[in-house]
Amino acid sequence: MKTILITILSFTFMVSSAQELLQGSLFTKEGTQNIPLEGASLYWLGTTIGTTTNEKGNFSLALSKDTTELIISYLGFKTDTLTIKNQKSITHFLMASDSNSLDEVTISQRRKAIQKSYLEAQNIVNVNSAELLKAACCNLSESFETNPSIDVNFSDALTGTKQIKMLGLTSPYLLITEENIPMVRGASQAYGLTFTPGTWIESIQITKGAGSVINGFESIAGQINTEIKKPFSDVPFFANLFTSANGRNELNIQGNHKFNNRWSSGLFLHGNQRTQTMDQNNDSFLDVPLAKQINVLNRWQYTDFEKGWVGFGSLRFMQDDKQIGGVGYNPDQDRNSQLLWGSEISTRRIDGSVKVGYVFPELPYQSFGFQSAYSKHVQDSYYGIRNYEIDHESFYANVLFNSIIGNTKNKFKAGLNIAYDQYNELVDQFDFLRTDRSFGSFFEYSYDNLENFSLVGGIRADFHNNLGTFLTPRVHLRYLPDPKTILRASVGSGRKAANIFAENQTLFGTNRVISIAKNGGSIYGLNPEKAWNYGLSVRQIFNLLGGSGDLTVDYYITNFVDQVVVDWEKQHQISFYNLDGKSRANSFQIALDYAPSEALSFRFAYKNYDVKTTYTSGFLQRPLQAQNRYFGNVAWETARKANDAQWRWDLTYHAVGQQRLVETSRDARGSYSPSYGLWNSQLTRAVISNFEIYAGLENIGNYTQANPIIGVENPFGADFDSAQVYAPIFGRMIYAGFRWNL
Amino acid sequence: MKKLIVLLLFCLPLGILAQEKSNKSAKASFEVKGNCEMCKARIEKASLSEKGVKMATWDIPSNILSVIYNPNKVSLESLHKAIATTGHDTSLEKAPESVYNSLPMCCLYERDTM
Repeated sequence: MKTILITILSFTFMVSSAQELLQGSLFTKEGTQNIPLEGASLYWLGTTIGTTTNEKGNFSLALSKDTTELIISYLGFKTDTLTIKNQKSITHFLMASDSNSLDEVTISQRRKAIQKSYLEAQNIVNVNSAELLKAACCNLSESFETNPSIDVNFSDALTGTKQIKMLGLTSPYLLITEENIPMVRGASQAYGLTFTPGTWIESIQITKGAGSVINGFESIAGQINTEIKKPFSDVPFFANLFTSANGRNELNIQGNHKFNNRWSSGLFLHGNQRTQTMDQNNDSFLDVPLAKQINVLNRWQYTDFEKGWVGFGSLRFMQDDKQIGGVGYNPDQDRNSQLLWGSEISTRRIDGSVKVGYVFPELPYQSFGFQSAYSKHVQDSYYGIRNYEIDHESFYANVLFNSIIGNTKNKFKAGLNIAYDQYNELVDQFDFLRTDRSFGSFFEYSYDNLENFSLVGGIRADFHNNLGTFLTPRVHLRYLPDPKTILRASVGSGRKAANIFAENQTLFGTNRVISIAKNGGSIYGLNPEKAWNYGLSVRQIFNLLGGSGDLTVDYYITNFVDQVVVDWEKQHQISFYNLDGKSRANSFQIALDYAPSEALSFRFAYKNYDVKTTYTSGFLQRPLQAQNRYFGNVAWETARKANDAQWRWDLTYHAVGQQRLVETSRDARGSYSPSYGLWNSQLTRAVISNFEIYAGLENIGNYTQANPIIGVENPFGADFDSAQVYAPIFGRMIYAGFRWNL
Repeated sequence: MKKLIVLLLFCLPLGILAQEKSNKSAKASFEVKGNCEMCKARIEKASLSEKGVKMATWDIPSNILSVIYNPNKVSLESLHKAIATTGHDTSLEKAPESVYNSLPMCCLYERDTM
């Protein structure tokens, strides 16, 4: 139904004023009912003459001498342009904006792919779907390759899982949420980022530093929030096929259906598999796992703009199986034999969530929200002769109230949340059982002088059965000495219970002996982690030679008050103990973004990390942490043709400085990895607006780590260690795919 | 001391909720002349600086200011006055000539000759 319903009623009564007026009414159809639209704006094209409709949907507007084109717009509805010739009165119906989503796609592609926050006090980088398309593949863990704020590392030589770091700290120190519900945590810490397919993602928000208190006390280095595509605004149908030369195939099929103006539902299907055996470095171990994953998401959305209600319900099921280890390993025959080393990791996960939001129609600054989520995560795995099983059941609920104090310069959010987590682990022969229960309350105040200063101050109080009763304060400030310079500062604390095995699963790919220096703490006999984070950031926006750009410099300090130190320093051993001394992560970043024209943009960044912890052997830079990293990206795109045909190309360079290596049978004490650089590139051809093909190369220079697995000759011997990985294991990789939507 | 803060923090959200309910709110919208983003910031800031005005949104294309305010604390007349003193003509009040003349270039809207 693209036709616009216009009924023209020719009234001929006199208009008392000398100025000729256009009068009319604005409605939307809901079934057979006509609902008047209040607050819609109408104005003459190219002028500033306009008006808004009253509560009955009526308006009157002086006719324009210059134009007959009347623009009618209203949030949530399609903007219409009408030609007004002789009529004095009109009745017009607006259609909800979702009926033709092509408009929305166009808008999102014109927006900058990475948007750094301007108005928020927090240092937030928003990554939209256009930027996500630049990444080669395929899931959340691989979505950060073109983003300098997040470093992608290779966690181990077996699974090839990419691990992310921010401010020099690994992902357990980040709060990773999906639509503001904590997601990658506990049992899913190691592989959780690979359980969100990239094509499901609408946008990602990366907050550096302390973050908001609303979603919990766990974030220390920052927060990463992922927004999944919404059934109401997403395309009705989407398909994506991806294949790569390292044997990985992925298929995504997504459909959305609108039942009426209020109810819509989406069904997202994802499957990936790798059946091909890859051993480029001839160490008789697979370079990448044999894997298959099925991931199904069904979500429902309820939206009632007039009454102010919005709701989401989601149900998701994920099944992921990986086989790693020796080439030719057959689990049925070779398991428990000491001839061939092999491993299987099998994960089942169910997620369910319900969210309800209400905006008071009379008081648009006041709203109420409720969200709750349940998940069950079961991982069964063995690595050679080692076993690791984890069963994690989690429940989370949050109520939130938003309003103002006096006026909209002073806003606040207040609420309560509860969390319940039950962990049941089997580590080799030992059982570990733990239940975390917490109840928290938070209050966040924000002030904005509407000019050049804003502040967000939040505090939360939590009662936690294992962490105790504690306060978590966080403050963010933003000041603009002039409209193109943005200064930000933040300070805040965070705490967490260290799930030592789930967070350090790479240890099972070694034959190191685990030792825990218990000191009577509540989590594996260890005390919880606590840290303070301080940050300063300056962003300068500039115009140069007809293009625009910005320069951002930031410096963040994380000081651990208490930490569970993961000590790989001794050969044949991994120890966990509470910090005795100093531990800090200082990170400096300078980033330059510059777009000389619409078609071309550059991004460059230098990062310096000083991440030091007191180990029993001394105050040392954390192993496998590059002190210096460089990043460069060039993106080019042609102007869109009338049918939206377009070429897009981008090239990314990562330079990784030397990393300290722990002492092993391969590396002597005090040795460092060589520095290296990686090149990636991708070319996309939009054939028409809804069909794109893309192809790319990863690791163009074919740089790999020579002998990634230590002691590979005897995988059952004490030297065996697959966790000392500082560079890619897989060399140059070509991939291609297409995206198609209706 | 710490316990007290914790307790306070739990009661705060409820207290605020109860207080918000009792507040009175009225809605109004009227025309305020202006052109650009700078005008928008100035008009909204002037409106919110009046005690009792809770929310103010000025729409550039229509030149309509929509406010939510507490009629017991502020009258619409004084709001019109407050906005006019920053240089923007409203449907009731004219801005002083001198203030209008000192507005930045982009804000020099066309004045109705009365």
